[in-house]
Amino acid sequence: MSFLLEADDLVRIYSGRSGLFGKAQPVRAVDGVSLRLAQGETLGIVGESGSGKSTLGRMLLGVDPAQGGSVCFDGQPMPATGSADWRGLRARMQMVHQDPLAALDRRLTIATQIREPLDIHKIGTEDTRAARVQDLMEAVGLRPDQADRYPHELSGGQRQRVVIARALASDPDMLVCDEPVSALDVSIQAQVVNLLRTLQQQTGLGMVFISHDLKVVRNLCDRVAVMYLGRIVEEGPSEELFANPRHPYTQALVSSVPEPGKRLDGRVILQGEPPNPAKRPSGCAFHPRCHMASDICRGVIPELHATGEGRTAACHLVTDATATQVA
Amino acid sequence: MIRFVSLRLLRAVMTVLAVMTFAFLVLRLSGDPAQVLLGPDVPQNIIDDFRADWGLDKPLWQQYLAYLGAILTGDFGLSMRGGAPALDLVLERVPATLMLTIPALLLKLGIGIPAGVYAALHRDSTIDRGVIVLAILGFTVPSFVMGLVLVLIFSIHWHALPSGGFGTWQHAILPAITISVGGIGLLARFSRSAMIEVMGQPYIRTASAKGVKWRDVVRGHALPNAAVPIVTIVGFMVGSLIAGAVVVETIFSWPGIGRLLIVSVSNRDLAVVQCILLLIAAVMVVSNLTVDLLYGLLDPRLRSQPAH
Amino acid sequence: MGNLVEIRDLSVAFDGVPVLHGVNLQVAPGEALGLVGESGCGKSVTWLAALGLLPSKATVTGSVTLGQAELVDAPRPSLENIRGGRIAMIFQDPSSALNPVIRVGRQMMEALKLHRDLRGDAARKEALRLMDLVGIPDAKNRFNLYPHEFSGGQCQRIMIAMALAGEPDLLIADEPTTALDATIQAQILDLLARLRAEMQMATVFISHDLGAVAQVCERVCVMYAGRIVEQGPVEQLFSCPRHPYTRGLFDAIPRLDGPRAPLTPIPGTVPDPRNLPAGCAFAPRCSHARDFCHNDRPDLLPQQDGRALACAYPLPEARQHKAAPEQVTS
Repeated sequence: MSFLLEADDLVRIYSGRSGLFGKAQPVRAVDGVSLRLAQGETLGIVGESGSGKSTLGRMLLGVDPAQGGSVCFDGQPMPATGSADWRGLRARMQMVHQDPLAALDRRLTIATQIREPLDIHKIGTEDTRAARVQDLMEAVGLRPDQADRYPHELSGGQRQRVVIARALASDPDMLVCDEPVSALDVSIQAQVVNLLRTLQQQTGLGMVFISHDLKVVRNLCDRVAVMYLGRIVEEGPSEELFANPRHPYTQALVSSVPEPGKRLDGRVILQGEPPNPAKRPSGCAFHPRCHMASDICRGVIPELHATGEGRTAACHLVTDATATQVA
Repeated sequence: MIRFVSLRLLRAVMTVLAVMTFAFLVLRLSGDPAQVLLGPDVPQNIIDDFRADWGLDKPLWQQYLAYLGAILTGDFGLSMRGGAPALDLVLERVPATLMLTIPALLLKLGIGIPAGVYAALHRDSTIDRGVIVLAILGFTVPSFVMGLVLVLIFSIHWHALPSGGFGTWQHAILPAITISVGGIGLLARFSRSAMIEVMGQPYIRTASAKGVKWRDVVRGHALPNAAVPIVTIVGFMVGSLIAGAVVVETIFSWPGIGRLLIVSVSNRDLAVVQCILLLIAAVMVVSNLTVDLLYGLLDPRLRSQPAH
Repeated sequence: MGNLVEIRDLSVAFDGVPVLHGVNLQVAPGEALGLVGESGCGKSVTWLAALGLLPSKATVTGSVTLGQAELVDAPRPSLENIRGGRIAMIFQDPSSALNPVIRVGRQMMEALKLHRDLRGDAARKEALRLMDLVGIPDAKNRFNLYPHEFSGGQCQRIMIAMALAGEPDLLIADEPTTALDATIQAQILDLLARLRAEMQMATVFISHDLGAVAQVCERVCVMYAGRIVEQGPVEQLFSCPRHPYTRGLFDAIPRLDGPRAPLTPIPGTVPDPRNLPAGCAFAPRCSHARDFCHNDRPDLLPQQDGRALACAYPLPEARQHKAAPEQVTS
């Protein structure tokens, strides 16, 4: 089976300076991540702030160059960031951010902005571009009379629709969405989630959906990767992964999701906070917060290994045989 | 910390060096001191002698190196008029200038900051609008116009204060006010916008919500946060303590650095002009350095930040 | 036993644009009340208005009483005694809610001095006790640190500790977990629930997150466009929401179990406060709306089952909220 996107052992190290007078320390924001995305598939990436999920998203697009590892898009290695080949590839891979107002130019009408990728990548003629903009607006649920509006005249949900329409203008093969619905109200969030699902089913594009909201990720994604401190700790089909999380961190994460009607009692409440990425704990980075940690966890970094049913986990205590027992 | 300070010091030295070089080149290339000082009708051999005496016949780069070398040994050269040491001539004038600029600075701080803070706290009131209008007037009206207007009112019309000259403290009043007006306007505007920004921050609401008295919210919570932008402007003002009075000293015939500079430039008195520019640059650089260090004191976030 | 706080007919307008339209709300001593709704519905404004914390361009009418004291238009000094003393408030985004240039210890001691007249060592000791109570590890050594040296979750713990300093009768928590990560959210919710039980302090929990509200509250008010539209005990409201808006909110949230079906969003958007619909503000987005709803506004009326409801054609009582959407739209 050939994949739309293959990322192998990606590494991204920031030099984090602590303050004006501090020494620069290397921070491994993304530390050996491998991913596969098939055509038409939606892959969710979940994790808390500092887990490296946004950095990973930019690396998959080649916006942040990888310092180690490789990204292959449609079987070809990712061209160098900023090169002509790389810019040409932008038409085939697009991104949607959390804050639509920041992603839009407030001096341009929304029709102009949706049209922009068509102009940049010289797709179609004048007439076909105008028609394409109309189609896109209709597809994302914007009214034709809104074409001449400016971003500030729209609501948050409508702005995000504009950003999505623009991202889809060049008919990309892959879309990376970084927290696209986090800033939206619940009722509007559902509209945008449904929109993304419909568009994805219609166009068959591959989508990477980065979010801290497990409920949205589960609803939208076929497969989910859970990140902790720059590494994937568990990956699998979303329904099974959320129904039966195997890694202790995933278990805590799933348990922490507040659901109407679920009381506080009986939930796994994780102690402590995610450690500073600059001071990564030895061994399994999760061990200081893990109630099951043993000596091996403190000393040896667990590798991601198969745990059956198309799932993987990076935990010394989870093997295929013990999976059910730990859960 | 040491790394930070030494980096800043190095940059300061480079700035001063750049100013010196620039002044040296512009002065040498923009006119011949011999011609200016000796007049147009002097025979060529006298001009040649004068040039040889002052080393003006040597190639420019030799003059430059000699100049730099002399500065490093503390020799700022002699005035071409009268032959007195340039540094003495300049330092002699410093007190007169400070007599104007220090009271002016105090006026700027004492009026500009409170006016701006008050306007911010009573946003959109009549007083706020008044402060904005006056502030804009203050820093848009040029100081020579302001000076003349003040002279018209206080000296010619009311005969209350002398219109120029040097002697009693009354002589200093009009020039000091003239210098301060622009700065008052500038500080009022900056303090106002800094305070408006800070008063809208969530931590101000937190302070109010925990029952801190309004006055203490302003003093204890808002002002320390508004200090960074205000200190930047004040630092700039302190930096121009020496150079900020050139125009006003000329209007009011005040024997300060500013007038010495004007006279020396028109006479091409190289050593004196260079000495003044060096002094101005040094004061600027020192005040900038102080402001940079103050930032760290005022805002702990600029001191240390955990890596994210 | 009387109510701790009574809000009667509270209205707020910003520059003449009304955003809160006559809200009535009571908080009993020790009660945990949830206020739910989307951005702009007035849930935070209600309490900022009650405490006089809105900017001066806001006009507040109506009445808020705390015991015998009237808070609306009360003189500043008496409000300052109540704020932090009898009613404390914590906010969203704890990292920016603490003063960045003041050490956290000093910020805590300020509250202790204001409301309990503690100074010096006594204040320091009490501040440290409170920091321990809310779970700041190694409080002693971190007493003199600045807010940016703490994580978001720890800043919220410090905010909570500071709110407890005045031993308030009521804690208003305005979206206290929204800016925090999931595992930290759970910790803070747990902490709030525990503190309320230990200190017998009433809590108003303002949130857009129905799940979070369910975990810490006994009674819930759902607000829409500046009005309360449904109010009742948490179990009742959550097992059987009757206002179409409440129901819509539940349907819009994806679930962690069950099939991965498309969500049921509420169509349209929240109305512009300058241009509210003539009748029920929710009518343009409501699939049950009839002529009456577009022309007349239903009042918030008590129902037989104990809740209060502002809807002319509410969903039936018995139906479970897990029912399929088709049943509701029928």
